[in-house]
Amino acid sequence: MSLKRNILDLRKRKEKVLQGGGEKAIQKQVAMGKLTARERVTSILDEDSFHEYDMFVEHEARDFGMEKKQLHGDGVIIGTGTIYGEPVCIFAQDFTVAGGSLGLMHARKITKIMDHALKMRVPLIGINDSGGARIQEGVNSLAGYGEIFFRNTLASGVIPQLSIILGPCAGGAVYSPALTDFVFVVENISKMFITGPEVIKTVLGEEISMEELGGAKVHSEITGNAHFYALSEYECFEQIKKLLTFIPWNNTKKAKAFPPKPPKPEYKIEEIVPSDPTQPYDIRHVIKSVVDDSDFFESMENFARNIVIGFGRMNGETVGFVANQPLVLAGVLDCDSSDKAARFIRYCNAFNIPLVTFEDMPGYLPGVEQEHMGVIRHGAKILYAYSEATVPKITVIVRKAYGGGYIAMNSRHMKADFMFAWPNAEIAVMGPDGAANIIFKKEILAAEDPEAMRKEKVAEYREKFANPYVAAAKGYIDTVIEPQETRSMLLHSIEVSSNKVDSRPAKKHGIPPF
Amino acid sequence: MGDLKEFNVDGTIYITELTKKFENRKPWVRPNPKHINSFIPGTIVEIFVKEGQDVKEGETIMILEAMKMKNQIKMPFDGKIAKIFVTEGIMVPNRLLMVEIE
Repeated sequence: MSLKRNILDLRKRKEKVLQGGGEKAIQKQVAMGKLTARERVTSILDEDSFHEYDMFVEHEARDFGMEKKQLHGDGVIIGTGTIYGEPVCIFAQDFTVAGGSLGLMHARKITKIMDHALKMRVPLIGINDSGGARIQEGVNSLAGYGEIFFRNTLASGVIPQLSIILGPCAGGAVYSPALTDFVFVVENISKMFITGPEVIKTVLGEEISMEELGGAKVHSEITGNAHFYALSEYECFEQIKKLLTFIPWNNTKKAKAFPPKPPKPEYKIEEIVPSDPTQPYDIRHVIKSVVDDSDFFESMENFARNIVIGFGRMNGETVGFVANQPLVLAGVLDCDSSDKAARFIRYCNAFNIPLVTFEDMPGYLPGVEQEHMGVIRHGAKILYAYSEATVPKITVIVRKAYGGGYIAMNSRHMKADFMFAWPNAEIAVMGPDGAANIIFKKEILAAEDPEAMRKEKVAEYREKFANPYVAAAKGYIDTVIEPQETRSMLLHSIEVSSNKVDSRPAKKHGIPPF
Repeated sequence: MGDLKEFNVDGTIYITELTKKFENRKPWVRPNPKHINSFIPGTIVEIFVKEGQDVKEGETIMILEAMKMKNQIKMPFDGKIAKIFVTEGIMVPNRLLMVEIE
């Protein structure tokens, strides 16, 4: 054979593989409102940057008639490419090939690109669209999953791992996304669950649709398994690319810096927070009034909305924000919000992203349900995450900081580097109403008009303790600032923290309360 | 802002949105020791006692089959069966009142 003929033969072979599961299967995929695996990969990556490997991999299954079947690429595409010119590793399960089912070689392709990503210290993007284990391959298929989960864990905190759920992702398969840093879901397309509706109906008699059980909304609002929710695949790809502008390529690097921009003038920081501590407002407006271009990229927007987490830039550098949200449940801490914040804090710490905390919270969510769900254990995660974090940590108390919540929200006692409070801040062991009821119980009961006495004592307590100066007198607050000084104080404190050196005792690992 | 409601934390009333999760939470009720509830959804395959019957502690009252397991529902203390709310062959949801003891 001449070289030319060899080249033609190669092209023919490639062409065959590029057909995936064939025209019919592709039509089915399109009819479900889904892009094909290759379209997804090329839409996420820079144009013409994708290079595919393991195109000619074939499965070795010899049972149940599998020996007669040829599965192109064994149902998964792997390769490397660039996003905004920076290298990434990517894999995409191809539902058109045997339902994207995971056999041994399919898994080996995924673990190959995972190993590559970890070795090259570049982000790993995984697109999940699979019917699950390839039953015909038996325990080999389970082995494949195990090898993937192990690598997800090894890579955790070293390189960013992004999981995109663009189809079913059921049974054991869900644990790969669950082990990664960010999970993206798309309305009507993503479906994640351990046991599907059919099994649930058979054994438990409960009837539920796939969408209601594990659709995109469920995971972004109820379970907290997903971080980003989109209405279309293209919107999802934009979210992925935007996220990647905020995070570093690995744990030894800093996120890329952008040209500094001032916040937009419509966010007037002095007009956002009502002085009455019982009145709501959207804390995200405070964040937008301090970040560059008022561009705040929120994660887990619809889950545990009583706390807000996300990325923004200050003077062009990425900052992670954690903020109580007085608009929802008055901004209390509870099981879900503690989980949400703690994981984000650990992400920022692992990837060298300074943390800014905006605090305005009345305490923990009261209730039997919370106590029985283990709010003690979950709430402890925030304390753990902040105490463990050695990146620059700055807190701004914009209004209330009561009780255990004051300690938890990156207080001086958790080794915050800078503690600022606005002049209307109330830093106290609890709100004036509750405190007065306890401290002055006798006086209130003995008074001729107990209600008038109660009001008087609440006012007395508020005057004496509900301010930032008691904490400032002890040095727990570094300085009380005017709201409009917030951005400049944050910029300054991040700047002077840029060479921060802080360490924790050497250990194999801690035992966080998860 | 969405639907604003009053919300009490440690004696102070805050004006805030509530979440679906919070509003749909189950209020806690003290379990009644004389009530035997299902602890898992399943099928009642066999009932061994009748209403009005005296039953000793530890005796099996019925079999609740769930997840391919035949679970023996046992009498929690010596007593008389006041009422049986289930029949053989029916499917029961979780936390359904099955038997009341006098």
